Amino acid sequence: MSDSISSLKARREFLRRLGGAAACVGAVAGAGTLGVMQKADAKGESAAAGGSFPTPDYDWTQHQWGYGIDATKCIGCLRCVEACKRENDVAGDAHHFRTWVERYVYLEGEDSPRIDSHHDPVNIEASGSEREYRFANRYKDAKVEKAFFVPKICNHCTHPACVQVCPTGATYRTKDGVVLIDHKYCIGCQYCVQACPYGARYFNERKGVSDKCTWCYHRITKGLQPACVEVCPVGARVFGDMKDKQSPMSQFVRNNRTRVLKPETGNAPNVYYVGLDKDVL
Amino acid sequence: MEALFHVAPYTGYVYPNETVIPWTVLIVVYPYLTGLVAGAFTVSSLYHVFGMERFRPAARFALLTSLCFMLFVPLPLLLHLGQPARAFNSTITPHWTSAMAAFGYMAIFYLGLLVLETWFAFRPYFVEQAQKGQGLAARLYRLLTLGSYDVSENAMRHDRKWIFALAAAGIPGAHGLHGYVGFIFGSLKSREWWSSDLMPVVFLFSAIISGVALLIVLYVVSCRLRRIAVDLPCLKGMAYTLWGFAMLTIVLEGLEFANIVYKGREGIEMIIEYVTGPLVIPFFVIQFGIGAVTPILILSYLIWRGTTGKALVVGVTVSALLVLLSVFMMRWNVVIGGQEIAKTGKGLLSYQMLFFGREGLLVAAVLTAAPLGLLAVMVRLLPPWRDSPAGGPAS
Repeated sequence: MSDSISSLKARREFLRRLGGAAACVGAVAGAGTLGVMQKADAKGESAAAGGSFPTPDYDWTQHQWGYGIDATKCIGCLRCVEACKRENDVAGDAHHFRTWVERYVYLEGEDSPRIDSHHDPVNIEASGSEREYRFANRYKDAKVEKAFFVPKICNHCTHPACVQVCPTGATYRTKDGVVLIDHKYCIGCQYCVQACPYGARYFNERKGVSDKCTWCYHRITKGLQPACVEVCPVGARVFGDMKDKQSPMSQFVRNNRTRVLKPETGNAPNVYYVGLDKDVL
Repeated sequence: MEALFHVAPYTGYVYPNETVIPWTVLIVVYPYLTGLVAGAFTVSSLYHVFGMERFRPAARFALLTSLCFMLFVPLPLLLHLGQPARAFNSTITPHWTSAMAAFGYMAIFYLGLLVLETWFAFRPYFVEQAQKGQGLAARLYRLLTLGSYDVSENAMRHDRKWIFALAAAGIPGAHGLHGYVGFIFGSLKSREWWSSDLMPVVFLFSAIISGVALLIVLYVVSCRLRRIAVDLPCLKGMAYTLWGFAMLTIVLEGLEFANIVYKGREGIEMIIEYVTGPLVIPFFVIQFGIGAVTPILILSYLIWRGTTGKALVVGVTVSALLVLLSVFMMRWNVVIGGQEIAKTGKGLLSYQMLFFGREGLLVAAVLTAAPLGLLAVMVRLLPPWRDSPAGGPAS
C-alpha cells in the first residue's frame, strides 16, 4: 500500500515537474512568438491584416526570395493548405488553392503511380467537408511499393508565362522575385490562368480577378515566414533570402541536389525540390 | 442567384485549380465571330481590290455583313471578363508582351476601317436619300452624309480610290485580327493541344471559309426574300473560293493534328485517350467528316459535273451550312477541348455548359444571332443591292 502511495507521489511529482518544464518551454516559445509579433506590430498592425502593406521600410532590392520543398519529409498532414486558406482568405472549397499537396502511390504490379490530392472527392468525403482536408486511407488494403507526398505552390518563376500574357500588366514580378497580382487592376480575363503550366492560378470569383500564392508577401516583407512554411511540422517547406548566403534557403540549395518542376517550359521556377520521383507532374 | 463557379467533373488526376474551367462557350463564340468577319471581308475584297466582277452582286453586302459581325466581336469577351468595367485597362496601359494587349487597338483600327469603307461605299446613296423630302429618314441620311454632297464623277473617282485603299488595308487588318486570335492559343506553352505554330494559320483559313460560307447562305436567303434569282456566276465564284480554301484548311488542320500525334511529346497518351474517346463525335465525325470532307466532296462533284441552276444553289448552300458547322466545332474543339485535357497530362475534364447565366448557351446563341438581326436592319438603311457609282473596283 505504502509502495503504491509513494509511487503515486512520485508520479505526481514527475507530472508537476513536467508541467513546469512545459510551462517554461511555453513561456520561451511564447516570448519568441511575442517577439516576432512585436516585430510585426512595430511596423503596423498584425501581419495578416495587410493594412500596413507595403511595409514602409522594406527595400525590395535587398532580397531575392526562394522556396524549397523537401518531398521526403512531407507527411501529408495538410496543415499548410489549411493555414494558407486562413491566412490569405482563400475560398473554403475544394477548387481554389494557393498551395496543395499531391500524393503518389505505387502499387505492386502497376506501372504508373496513382495520383490524388485532397481535392479528390474520395478525400473530401473522408474529411467530411470541403473546408477541411485530409488524405483518405484509400490504399490500406493494397500492397504499396512506394508512396510519397509532393507539396505544390506557385513557382514564382523568373520568366513567368502568366506575367508575359497579362494584357494589362496587373500581374508582375517584384524586384525581390515574387510574382504578384494587382487585384485593383486585373480585368479577370484569365489568360494567366491558362498560361500557368503548373495550375497554380485560379479565378477568384468573389473579386472577379485572378488569384494565386504570393509567398505571403505581406508576411515576408515583415521578416516573417509564409504561413505554409510556418505551420509545417516537419520542416518540409523552407523559405528564405537567396541573397543571404546563410539563410535556410541558400543552405537548402547548397546542401541538396535540387530540381524544379517542368523546366522545359522555360519559365525558370524558383521553387526547388528535393526527393521528387520521375512521375511527379 | 447564379452560383459563383461551376465545377467540371474529371477523370484521372487534374490540378485542383483546374476543376473550374476558365474559358467558356463565350470564348468559343469570340473567334467564331472574328472569323466570320474576316471571311466576309475577303469576299468583299475580291471585288473591291482584285476586281473580280462576278462578286459584284454580293460585294457591298459582304462589307455590311463584316461590319455587323465586327460590332459584336468585343461583346463575348466583355461578358466573360471578371471585371468588365476595367476592360479598357488593356488598351490604356497595354502590356505589350501579351498577345491579348493588341486586341483593343486591332479591333478599333479594323472597326474604324470597316465604318469608313462602308461610308464611302454608300455615300452616293446617303446623298440621294438626304435630298429626298424632310422626314426623319432624310434627316438621318443628311447626318450620315457628314455634310458632303459632292457626287460628281471626279468625287466618285476619289471615293473609289479610298475604297480600294481601305479594302486593301483591310485584308491584312481582317486577317491579322484573326491570325492573332489563333496566336493567343497557339503561343501558350502550357497546353499541348493549343501550343502549335500552325494554330494562327489554321484559324486564318478556317476564318476565311466560315465567312465565305456565311455569305453564301445569307446571299441565297436574301435572294429568296427579295424574290429574285440567285446570281449564279457570283454564287459559283463564292463556291470556288469556299472549295479551294476548304481544301487548304483541312490539310492544315490535318497537319496540325498529325504533328501533335507524331511528335508524341509528354502527355500524348492523354491526348490520344481524349481524341479517341470524348472527341470522336465532335472532332472526327462533325468537324472533319460532316463539316469538312462532305462539303468538299459535294463542291467537287458540283464543279466536276458543271452543275447549274437550282441544284447548284442547293448544293452550294448545303455545303456552306456544313462548313459553318465545321468551323464552329473547330472553335469549340480548340477552346473547350484544350481545357478538357488537364495540364497534368494525367486527367480529362468535362466542360458542363450552362443554359442560363452570363456565360451560358442562351447568351452565346443570342450573341451569335444578334449580328444577323443587326444586318437585317442595316440592309434596309443601306441597301447593298443597288449598284453604286462608287462601289466599283478602282481599276
